[in-house]
Amino acid sequence: MTFQPVRLESFVELEPGRGDVHPGARGLAVTIEQLRKSFAETPVLRGLDLQIRAGEFVAVVGRSGCGKSTLLRLLIGLDHQSGGQIRFGDGCNQASRSGAVRIMFQEPRLLPWASVLANVEVGLGRQRSSSDAHKQALRTLHEVGLANKRDHWPLLLSGGQKQRVALARALVSGPRLLAFDEPLGALDALTRISMRRLIERVWLDQRFTAVMVTHDVAEAVTLADRILVIENGKIALDRRVALPRPRERGSPEVAALEGRILRDFFVDADTSGGT
Amino acid sequence: MDFRSDTKRRASNATQWALPVLIIAVWQALSVAGVVPPRVLPAPSAVIAAGWRLTLSGELPRNMWVSLCRALMGLAIGGGLGFALGLTNGLSRRAENISDSTVQMVRNIPHLALIPLVILWFGIDETAKIFLVALGVFFPIYINTQHGIRTVDPQLVEMGRSYDMAAWTLFWRVLLPGALPSIFVGLRYALGVMWLTLIVAETIAASAGVGYMAMQAREFLLVDVVVLSILIYALLGKFADSIARLLERFCLAWHPAFQSAAGSGP
Repeated sequence: MTFQPVRLESFVELEPGRGDVHPGARGLAVTIEQLRKSFAETPVLRGLDLQIRAGEFVAVVGRSGCGKSTLLRLLIGLDHQSGGQIRFGDGCNQASRSGAVRIMFQEPRLLPWASVLANVEVGLGRQRSSSDAHKQALRTLHEVGLANKRDHWPLLLSGGQKQRVALARALVSGPRLLAFDEPLGALDALTRISMRRLIERVWLDQRFTAVMVTHDVAEAVTLADRILVIENGKIALDRRVALPRPRERGSPEVAALEGRILRDFFVDADTSGGT
Repeated sequence: MDFRSDTKRRASNATQWALPVLIIAVWQALSVAGVVPPRVLPAPSAVIAAGWRLTLSGELPRNMWVSLCRALMGLAIGGGLGFALGLTNGLSRRAENISDSTVQMVRNIPHLALIPLVILWFGIDETAKIFLVALGVFFPIYINTQHGIRTVDPQLVEMGRSYDMAAWTLFWRVLLPGALPSIFVGLRYALGVMWLTLIVAETIAASAGVGYMAMQAREFLLVDVVVLSILIYALLGKFADSIARLLERFCLAWHPAFQSAAGSGP
């Protein structure tokens, strides 16, 4: 593992102990210890340690195949780890059952045979039959600006609209941890910008813990409180981003930080015979 | 639905019927001109007259009713079993391992080859014909149901699992709707097999039904009634297919293939 020395910069806060920035946060803290995962004898995660504070927005970047998506799948319980532990906030490790942990995939994955509103209701999980489920789904749909599409088939929506419905579905149960698996990956540039703003807005509003996997470092810098780079199955960089919000993708501070991370982790490795 | 697409739909309905009408007109003309002798092929007017005569005597409705009941009974039994086994084998790898290769072997026997055996088993009463129809419709429905369940988008299944869907909810909201287009293909294919089987079974051994009516008419050289019987099979087949299509349109309204430009929601 190559550990890169972190350089001091005016806009990067190095100390992790910066107090609770989100008072009253309802996010879920996550503690990951010695997490291992192998697929058919090939280790993907090799003893990863990570602490995520409640309400934090963490972006995980890394080249494809580095294990960032695997980490996310383990976090939401879609796969089981080969070793190590994932603990949520108050010590429970099966938080996903109650709708407290949700994921938004790269693809919208909407049920084509259900209306937009019914798709949002899917996010309520087993509380779907509760009396105010309908109202709750409609409120969330309103939040992503698609209340007027409630009765449409998903196939008639644009790519960005579908992804907003998927976001509403992820939000409707009021999750305490929301995982994003490259949620902007399949969108065009303009839709990306509005989707990114939407994600930031709901996160600021609801204070869930957000873990976003992305291959786009600029995306990570604009959205996250903290950027993790995974390499060789471990965390190779853990850097806080203390830029004021909202951040503009083209601004010099964002570009400088993006450039630094790219230079340290991706260009170096390439010239020294990486992928 | 605006006026324009309404007229368009009506126009396309009319086009659909243009060819059959033309064929009948040519046929009538040839018969009247004496090109086709009535002993070979009676004129459409003669067939219609025969139909009217048999309707008045009650013979035609009675035989049609008998045939329809047989067809539907066979479809319900064979289709029901095929659907159930298709679901089971689609949902469970273990069940598939146990029964699928056996079913595939039996499927390759033409079910009509069993007629002699079926007559030995059940005689020539209703059971024999219903058994044959059931056997015939079983396979297309089985195969397409199983295939449908198996090919449901795995990403949607994963989404369902990650959103805490109970096994029953996952089946009802994700797997079954996802398999439905394929199940309908199976159903429509099965309907074709159903009429085919029934025609053969009724011509060989029956004491009522459209096929029996045709065979009796042959004995008395009533060519018009024979032709009438054939046409009735065609109409019954078309009728069953139309119902299946309607059902399909209703159940698969979300599907891009059934999306009208104006329709937007469930």
